Amino acid sequence: MLRKDLTVEVRSLEIAYTTLFFAISCVLFFAFALVKEGKAPEDGAAGILWIAIAFAGTLALGRTFERERQSETLRALLMAPADRPAIYVGKLLGIIALLTAAELVLVPLVAFLFQAPLLSHPFWLSAVLISGTIGFSAVGTLFSAMLVRARSRDVLLPVLLYPITVPVIIAGVRATAALLEPDVELSLVRFWVALLLALDVVFVTLALWTFEPLMTD
Amino acid sequence: MIIDFDQVTADDVSRHFGRRRALSRISFRAGSGTILGLLGPNGAGKSTMIALLATLMRPSEGDIRYGPHTSKATGASLRRTIGILGHDLFLYPELTAHENLTFFAGLYGAASARAAASAALEQAGLSDRADDPIASFSRGMRQRVALERALIHRPRLVLLDEPFTGLDDASAAALVARLRGLRADGAIVVLATHDLDLADGLLDSALFLRDGRMVDTVARPDALRSTYRTVMGRTGVS
Repeated sequence: MLRKDLTVEVRSLEIAYTTLFFAISCVLFFAFALVKEGKAPEDGAAGILWIAIAFAGTLALGRTFERERQSETLRALLMAPADRPAIYVGKLLGIIALLTAAELVLVPLVAFLFQAPLLSHPFWLSAVLISGTIGFSAVGTLFSAMLVRARSRDVLLPVLLYPITVPVIIAGVRATAALLEPDVELSLVRFWVALLLALDVVFVTLALWTFEPLMTD
Repeated sequence: MIIDFDQVTADDVSRHFGRRRALSRISFRAGSGTILGLLGPNGAGKSTMIALLATLMRPSEGDIRYGPHTSKATGASLRRTIGILGHDLFLYPELTAHENLTFFAGLYGAASARAAASAALEQAGLSDRADDPIASFSRGMRQRVALERALIHRPRLVLLDEPFTGLDDASAAALVARLRGLRADGAIVVLATHDLDLADGLLDSALFLRDGRMVDTVARPDALRSTYRTVMGRTGVS
């Protein structure tokens, strides 16, 4: 499933280009608005990084099942003898891979434009970003599948997604902000990463549990 | 678990969408090595019946049994025995014909997905176009690939929803020959179609539907168009 999605994406580059373009535009708009005379606002980088990830992720999530809807291939996938949650896992891994690629561009861009020492603790930053991306994508992939036949799915996806993923976004922003402090308090970062991992477990478990009944009828 | 069956039985099957009743108390039996036709005008419930047989929907009332098995009890093992070709072709336009078939052969657990895909393309007469993207194929060629996709795992139950749509005479004749071959191999074929001329002489039994209700069943229907007129004439459809 993941290999097929990546092959289709490499051929079209549709989601990758739009997601990346949107994420970079978002960061640039904030930079134009907030950076005055070369001086960036304090504590802004963490929030701006996560806003860009959340907005670009929503765009990518909206397209991930749309592709299966256009050729009705979703029905063929649901007919396959594989366990239906495997479809969810394949799509989730694809979204995580795409958002991770976007983050590889966004982190140095935000660090540069907002003079933020984002790369001073690469291990912990990776832990925060990966655990946050998993939680956000786990909920988003489920809602994207759930809304695939809804007429107003583009409007409904963010309306449903953001309230549920608020804890993930808050934990991600607070953990990233903690990493940007002059004296990094690693126990605080560890707390936020542990919270993100706990949310990941809850969201992925609930999604695997509900995917089959949601997709059957 | 590997399961097999030699008949499919629908017993008083109904399906509602909210307050709308798409199918009402449909009962039939289709055995191994037979072709059952689902015939009726638009909105008769043919596609809903195909989706129910494919386990893509659950009946609101009644039961569908696959031999002694139910879809609820067997799930993925049962889906391994079902092949479906719908209105839409279930193919990825960005992938080549060979990549599409390899992907689906892999999903169905073929020992060698690439070899299965190559054999399927040969059966479709499209080996020379194996590496071309599906987006570049004509409707008829896509339909041939889609049929082989539905049959790549040698299903016991073959469900076809308007399979003649968009086919030229030669392709339609080839499809009819393929369906006869499936019947000879012992498959249970359920065919929903409007094309009474192509289905004429092909069906072992016909189930006539109108407004979600079963109007009549006819075994070994001859002169299908006049039978259709007679049956539907009784209910006001021509």
